[in-house]
Amino acid sequence: MNGRRLRAMIRKEAWQAMRDPSTLLATFLFPPLLLFLFAYGVSLDVKDVRIGLVLESDGPHARELAAAYQATPWLEVKPVRHGKQLERDLVTGKLAAYVVIPQDFDAAMESSLRAAQVQIITDGSQPNSANFTASYARGVFGNWLAQQGDGAAAPRIQLQQRFWFNPELESRQVLAPGAIAMVMTMIGTILTAMVIAREWERGTMEALLATPASITEVLLSKLLPYFVLGMLAILACAFCVVVIFSVPLRGSLAMLLLTGAIFLIPALGQGLFISTLFRSQFDAGEVALLTSFLPAIMLSGFVFEIESMPQPVQWLTHVIPARYFIEALQTVFLVGDSWRSLWPDLLALLLLGGLLFALTFAKSQIRLD
Amino acid sequence: MTVGIELEEVGKRFGECEALSAVSAHIKSGEVTGLVGPDGAGKTTLMRIMAALMTPTSGRARVAGADVQDDAAGVHSLIGYMPQRFGLYEDLSVRQNLNLYADLRGLGEAQRRASHDRLLEFTGLAPFTGRLAGALSGGMKQKLGLACAMLAAPRVLLLDEPSVGVDPVSRRELWRMVGELAGDGMTVVWSTAYLDEAERCDEVLLLNHGRLIYSGQPAQLTATLAGRSYLVTDIQGDRRRLLTQVLELEGVRDGVIQGAALRLVLAGAGPSNALRNLLADYRAKLQAAPPRFEDAFVDLLGGGPGGLSVLAEKMDDVTGTGEITVRCRQLSKRFGRFTAADSVSFAVRRGEIFGLLGPNGAGKSTTFKMLCGLLKPSAGSAEVVGLDLRHAAPAAKRQLGYMAQKFSLFGLLSVRQNLDFFSGVYGLQGEQRQRRIEEMSEFFDLSPYLGQSPELLPLGFKQRLALACALMHRPQVLFLDEPTSGVDPITRREFWTHITGLVQRGVTVMVTTHFMDEAEYCDRVALVNRARLMALDTPDALKARVASPQLPNPTMEDAFVHLVAAENVLPDAEVAA
Repeated sequence: MNGRRLRAMIRKEAWQAMRDPSTLLATFLFPPLLLFLFAYGVSLDVKDVRIGLVLESDGPHARELAAAYQATPWLEVKPVRHGKQLERDLVTGKLAAYVVIPQDFDAAMESSLRAAQVQIITDGSQPNSANFTASYARGVFGNWLAQQGDGAAAPRIQLQQRFWFNPELESRQVLAPGAIAMVMTMIGTILTAMVIAREWERGTMEALLATPASITEVLLSKLLPYFVLGMLAILACAFCVVVIFSVPLRGSLAMLLLTGAIFLIPALGQGLFISTLFRSQFDAGEVALLTSFLPAIMLSGFVFEIESMPQPVQWLTHVIPARYFIEALQTVFLVGDSWRSLWPDLLALLLLGGLLFALTFAKSQIRLD
Repeated sequence: MTVGIELEEVGKRFGECEALSAVSAHIKSGEVTGLVGPDGAGKTTLMRIMAALMTPTSGRARVAGADVQDDAAGVHSLIGYMPQRFGLYEDLSVRQNLNLYADLRGLGEAQRRASHDRLLEFTGLAPFTGRLAGALSGGMKQKLGLACAMLAAPRVLLLDEPSVGVDPVSRRELWRMVGELAGDGMTVVWSTAYLDEAERCDEVLLLNHGRLIYSGQPAQLTATLAGRSYLVTDIQGDRRRLLTQVLELEGVRDGVIQGAALRLVLAGAGPSNALRNLLADYRAKLQAAPPRFEDAFVDLLGGGPGGLSVLAEKMDDVTGTGEITVRCRQLSKRFGRFTAADSVSFAVRRGEIFGLLGPNGAGKSTTFKMLCGLLKPSAGSAEVVGLDLRHAAPAAKRQLGYMAQKFSLFGLLSVRQNLDFFSGVYGLQGEQRQRRIEEMSEFFDLSPYLGQSPELLPLGFKQRLALACALMHRPQVLFLDEPTSGVDPITRREFWTHITGLVQRGVTVMVTTHFMDEAEYCDRVALVNRARLMALDTPDALKARVASPQLPNPTMEDAFVHLVAAENVLPDAEVAA
């Protein structure tokens, strides 16, 4: 290892990065853009959902229940007499669901033989919303039913719900840290894989390798600048997340940076590994996108909960670095510097990183054949 | 004189393919050794082995005493290596490139400054140190690449095809520089596909299909042909028809068109009676000529192909109206502030071979593309068989065939599917389409290969297929864009056999090339340089313009270099200004 050669190549890398607008865009414009998209575009909250209400009965109970639905802040209720009309609205997507309070509702309420029923019809083509809507609608009915009890007497059991870490269940708070993982994957894996492939493609790698510079020096000269870029990006992201999206950072900045630094090990390792297998920028970019960016969105628990995936897919998620990084980020942002919940994630990242680097060095050739 | 590089039975295999087999040679220091051969001969592989970037599968190679297998680091510290495309960072400035390589080679501060100053002066790059390498002309890039490779005064300098895409003037300058370096005791290896460059080397290693077929002084190889090279002059009648007939004779090893004359290589000393009789029919004169290196190379490979083109024999005459088939007036193309073609005007007659000659970036491809309707002119007009390309481009395109650089065949389609696709693109249908496809496979012997991918075909067949695809719709004008760059001389001759045959059938051929000697096949040549038409005449007349007592028999390249100089334009100075 020769410090002067390494410095010279890092300086070269920095010049190239500064002359190449795409690198700068990826580092400084991409993060806020992505954060914005995920924070506002991919809201998983059910708020102001339009649902319909078919009031077939004029009984007092039925009307009370209808009032309960209309009083719910999360739902925007459109009451009508007949189901036909709402059916059409559901088909055209104007409504997410509708609730039918049947004609015999009051009778059933009065009777001790039958349980009162309501019907909830949801749009199954949007399974996520359908689930949320159905459970909200069911919840409203349940609450109302409980309040009926024995006249005005208080129910014996009262349920008090508290949501920890994200009291308002705002998905933005969980998504924003996830978006940081996207940005870091982009810089760590995709950019790195592409800049090394670029050297091969333009024939400059051949010229470098014919000088006394060793392959380790050449690769390090790629990794260090992109490590620094990655750290700058995480700072930029954290700033956006906290200031613009008002997500609290309950942990310390130091812990956030440490988590980011540890994530960059497998991310850079993956980029490096891809670049040893593919020597055209196009191939390297495509493979990096498919093996890092896409899994980071789909399989990391960022958008879709891992627990609800089929078992084999759940196993697969264990080799996706973003999975651990997102979990760790959510801990740092929403919980705090909790070593107990952080160490398994950080350890997993280190292991994956070590594995990828070992693979790269086993595969990496100093020669062209 | 000491040995710079020793090669002992060096072999290299890539899977099934044997790129090099048992190459043994001693390359001397203090000389320029040419590594010569067509594309795919194994030049780059051997270069990379000598640069310790690849390990040989068998045999040993020592560079200035260091073994490439055991002591790669040692080799790297001794050599200067310029890969194809020069190994420059185009997004760094000239000085940044030099500094980077100085650091990589561990040059001290004083040494670096001295070295920079010397090299910048040597290469004439001093005024451009702040410019990005990507913004330099081809010639300047090449000089910068050379400067980077030479920074630490290497004992061995390896240059992989340094002259590709560089104009003849810059090429000559580079030769001068490299010659000086060798004079200082450096070992210089220069690889090239240009056979005329081989003649200038002190020694050559001639490679073909991974085998070393000759090693020694080029003059010695050329000398083996003494008394066998002839020039046929004063031909009354069609020189192309004569060539076709001559090549079919026993005892004629090789023949090419050289302007209005023919150049022949005979198997033994002295012409046969059959040849004498044939020449008498054309009232042509036969005179002995000094042999050229290319003559010797072709002879070494077993002689050139025959003169008959099955294609041209069996094809019907191509007819059309009008004496002029291609015409352009004040044709210009600007890309932003850059002018790629500046007021180019000429007219091409029916049945003529018309060459556009010039270095890469001179504007010949741009002009060409405007004539085929692939680019819209910024100003001026272009016509093909009387149809204006601006208003009647589709109709004009049906009358022309286009064969792009590197053949542009579809590797993922089979040979048959390629033929099928191109016939469809050119609007052939039904029975006619089937008939043409069958015809072409028959004429060009493609039938055994119909199910294969074109990528797997031998180079010669690939070229035939590309030609077949461009000819399927019987165009009146055939455009060939650098049809034979990097192709071995035998395949090139076969290709020209077809082209000369087509011309006899009435096809007009437009060809671009940067091979100066290929221009000899043309009836007329337009010399293009820096976007402008510099000269337009027959090859012989162009050569005659620059003939002088010092240079009684100038080549096309001499003509080019002199004409550029006569315009008093220093190529790189203009770009700088």
